[in-house]
Amino acid sequence: MERNLTHIALFAALIAILGLVPQISLASGVPITAQSLGIMLCGTVLGARRGALAVLLFLALVAAGLPLLSGGRGGIGVFQGPSVGYLIGFPIAAFVAGWIVERTTLPVGLSAGAGAVIGGIAVLYLFGIPGMALVLGKTLPEAALIGAAYLPGDMLKAVLAGFVTQGIARMRPGSLLSRA
Amino acid sequence: MLTLTSPVDTALHRWPAWVKLAALAVFTVLLFRLASPAALAAAAAAILALHLPWGAGFARHAARMLRPLWLFVAVVALWHLWLADPAGGAVIILRMTSAVAAANLVTMTTRLSDMLAVFERLATPFAFVLPPHRLALAFALVIRFIPQLSLRLTQIAEAFRARSPRRPGWRVLVPATLAALDDAEHAAEALRARGGAD
Repeated sequence: MERNLTHIALFAALIAILGLVPQISLASGVPITAQSLGIMLCGTVLGARRGALAVLLFLALVAAGLPLLSGGRGGIGVFQGPSVGYLIGFPIAAFVAGWIVERTTLPVGLSAGAGAVIGGIAVLYLFGIPGMALVLGKTLPEAALIGAAYLPGDMLKAVLAGFVTQGIARMRPGSLLSRA
Repeated sequence: MLTLTSPVDTALHRWPAWVKLAALAVFTVLLFRLASPAALAAAAAAILALHLPWGAGFARHAARMLRPLWLFVAVVALWHLWLADPAGGAVIILRMTSAVAAANLVTMTTRLSDMLAVFERLATPFAFVLPPHRLALAFALVIRFIPQLSLRLTQIAEAFRARSPRRPGWRVLVPATLAALDDAEHAAEALRARGGAD
């Protein structure tokens, strides 16, 4: 019980610091925040249920007024803005990513990468784009056009999530709760 | 770590958090019912008026919290100017900025502890799966471990720079995730040693 609780809390903190420290820049110099990578890792490392709970805990603290979303955003206002769909999709994305790692027998890195693409990108956009369309009063294709700007960065993060999960599996196999 | 609560003490700070949250919910539903630019402009003016009596510092803080919206405001404005539908654009922009500004106002005038207390009370119907004291402990753990984990990340990056002229970049991710896993194991052990989470 205590282990579940502390893992959920620590990964909520991990999502927060990955958003606060955005010093991961691509070779091209485009800065990308690692926050959605944190969401993917919650699922691929902790598994579906614990991963989704870690994301929900993080979102509760954001709503309560901590500026933990990338760019120092926070408060209830972010749930009324254009990115509300992505925020609602976050826990579901972590759940799907974790579910795929738990239920497939592929090598860990591969299934984590696939989980991150399906959960952290496909499922996340499924919620994010309609949210943006609703708040901005646009049609779905128009909103998808705006959302597509994030796709290259998110693909890169999904690949990284696969490698990081594989690294954990190799160095500390007992700690990879999604495959424990 | 700083919260988004304004240090400027306003009369709104003394309202109970749940009253402000309920008022925000009503206001937001109302915003989505209003469809004419004039009505929405009136709603926006009302929200603006609620910001003004507390001094320039408070208003600046509020403006800073709205900054992430400007890009979207610009996109919608240009789009609707191009469509020659300024009224439609004004409805969308006024509705979005008023909804976000009203929510920010609640955040700025409510202490983190009060807001978390409301969340814990809202979670009581689910006490059979999530006991409220466990939720409170989880909130406290995250708040405590954010600076701790942030320090670990800095140390990992510094250790990398000491060994290599390259930038640490993504290479800190595996050790940072391992640090989170290790800290979780240690915290769990410490909690058990003190009688467990219940």
